[in-house]
Amino acid sequence: MKSQVEKKIENLGTGVLDMLNGLGTFTNYTSRTIFWTFKPPYRFKLLFDQIYFIGNKSIFIIFLTSSFTGAVFAFQIYVGMKVINADSFIGPITMIAMSKELAPVLSGLVVAGRCGAAMAAQIGTMKVTEQIDALEVMGINSYQYLAVPRIVGATIALPMLSAIFLLIGYGGAWLIGVKVIQIDEIVFSSKISDFMDLGMVAEGIIKATVFGYLIGIIGTYHGFAVQGGAEGVGKGTNMSVVWGMITVLVVDFFLTSFLTKIL
Amino acid sequence: MSEYSIEFKNLVKKFGESTVLNDVSFGIHKDKITTVLGFSGAGKTTLMKHILGLTMPTSGDVTVLGTTINQIDELALREFRRNFGMVFQYAALFDFLTSFENVAFPLREFTKMTEEEIKVKVMGLLKSVGISEEAAFKLPSELSGGMRKRVGLARGLALDPHIMLYDEPTSGLDPITTHMVYDLMKSTHYDNIEHGFTSVIISHDIHATLKYSDYIVFMEQGRVVEHLDVETFKKSENPVIRRFLEL
Repeated sequence: MKSQVEKKIENLGTGVLDMLNGLGTFTNYTSRTIFWTFKPPYRFKLLFDQIYFIGNKSIFIIFLTSSFTGAVFAFQIYVGMKVINADSFIGPITMIAMSKELAPVLSGLVVAGRCGAAMAAQIGTMKVTEQIDALEVMGINSYQYLAVPRIVGATIALPMLSAIFLLIGYGGAWLIGVKVIQIDEIVFSSKISDFMDLGMVAEGIIKATVFGYLIGIIGTYHGFAVQGGAEGVGKGTNMSVVWGMITVLVVDFFLTSFLTKIL
Repeated sequence: MSEYSIEFKNLVKKFGESTVLNDVSFGIHKDKITTVLGFSGAGKTTLMKHILGLTMPTSGDVTVLGTTINQIDELALREFRRNFGMVFQYAALFDFLTSFENVAFPLREFTKMTEEEIKVKVMGLLKSVGISEEAAFKLPSELSGGMRKRVGLARGLALDPHIMLYDEPTSGLDPITTHMVYDLMKSTHYDNIEHGFTSVIISHDIHATLKYSDYIVFMEQGRVVEHLDVETFKKSENPVIRRFLEL
């Protein structure tokens, strides 16, 4: 009979081994997708379809998220800043936060929720219905056909969505700052140009590009990892969203530390 | 030249501790219809995956059309797979494409045919398996099980394969549709035999197997129990086979 302590140690060991095994599988998957990204044939139609799906079809939700985020953020800054008579700084503070953090991170979370889930569900369903086997039997690499367009599509589309987020967010902040709080329009704009530079915008775009790649790789990985039937697809979809969002938030921290030093 | 299009030599496949295929050695006759028969878990599907190179042996060799496929690299194997056509258990049609596009898919991927040529070939293939023009432009979700299998067969034939594999092609079908699908498989076999055509069927269906096959391979617990022509198989005294035949 094993003692409670032995069982706990055994469970811990199994957990660590499972985690290492998962990490190995994920690393192997990542390296294979990188290999197949650069190998012909290049399927541009599939890539454009994915950019359209991830980019165009996310614009409405990005519009809603960014306009309200810009407006609410501007209002909260106003509440804080008016105490020290610095409410004219609403514009630059909002725009710096949006360009460096809010635009890439919130766009990333939206895409992880909407598109990462769709990637896992589509690929997972294809796996459990043997459609992936059908591709392989025809001699088509399923990573190249299914994963690469989605990963590259997300890598291209997310920075674009992040830029759109920034522009619409500016609109939300402008509406609150200029039209509601009645800050002079020229002061509002000039403060932004005084305090912001291209490096801040670049930081956001770089982050969004990295997030796009990671969401693509996590979403497709969980699709290919699906096992069983409908329950497996549901589990894969859930894992894709959870890990996609966690990854965006954690990687954001490390990217911020790194990019702040070089930009 | 070998009389077999597919040969297994001392094939062993293990998944962890479990041995799924245990020292399997036999050949599948060229230009014949061979059915691999056995109870669930006998190793039939794993055997088929070895033919396609989707699973690699733990030891032993699989030789298909003279090429030992477990010894070639991944790119060569993908190229080699164009010798196969396959009909899956539930057809495995791409659910985002119509029947027409499913059949056109391998032609668009692997040939330089014009869209007009593809249209002629696809409509010809769909007609040969009894799919109407109207059904050709429907999505798989709008087709019956039998129709999906037929579209799957047309897709499998698109690249003029030398070996056609059927994984339990009639599971989930009613008895009449089952025999229609088997009739279609048999006529497909003999229509294509002039360019070399071997059919391999994985099945549980003993009655259809006896009616439509030339050879039967009977598997049990990862081993080949018998590999006989149909007439000899019917007379087999092996108790496991007798039990199967008496079902």
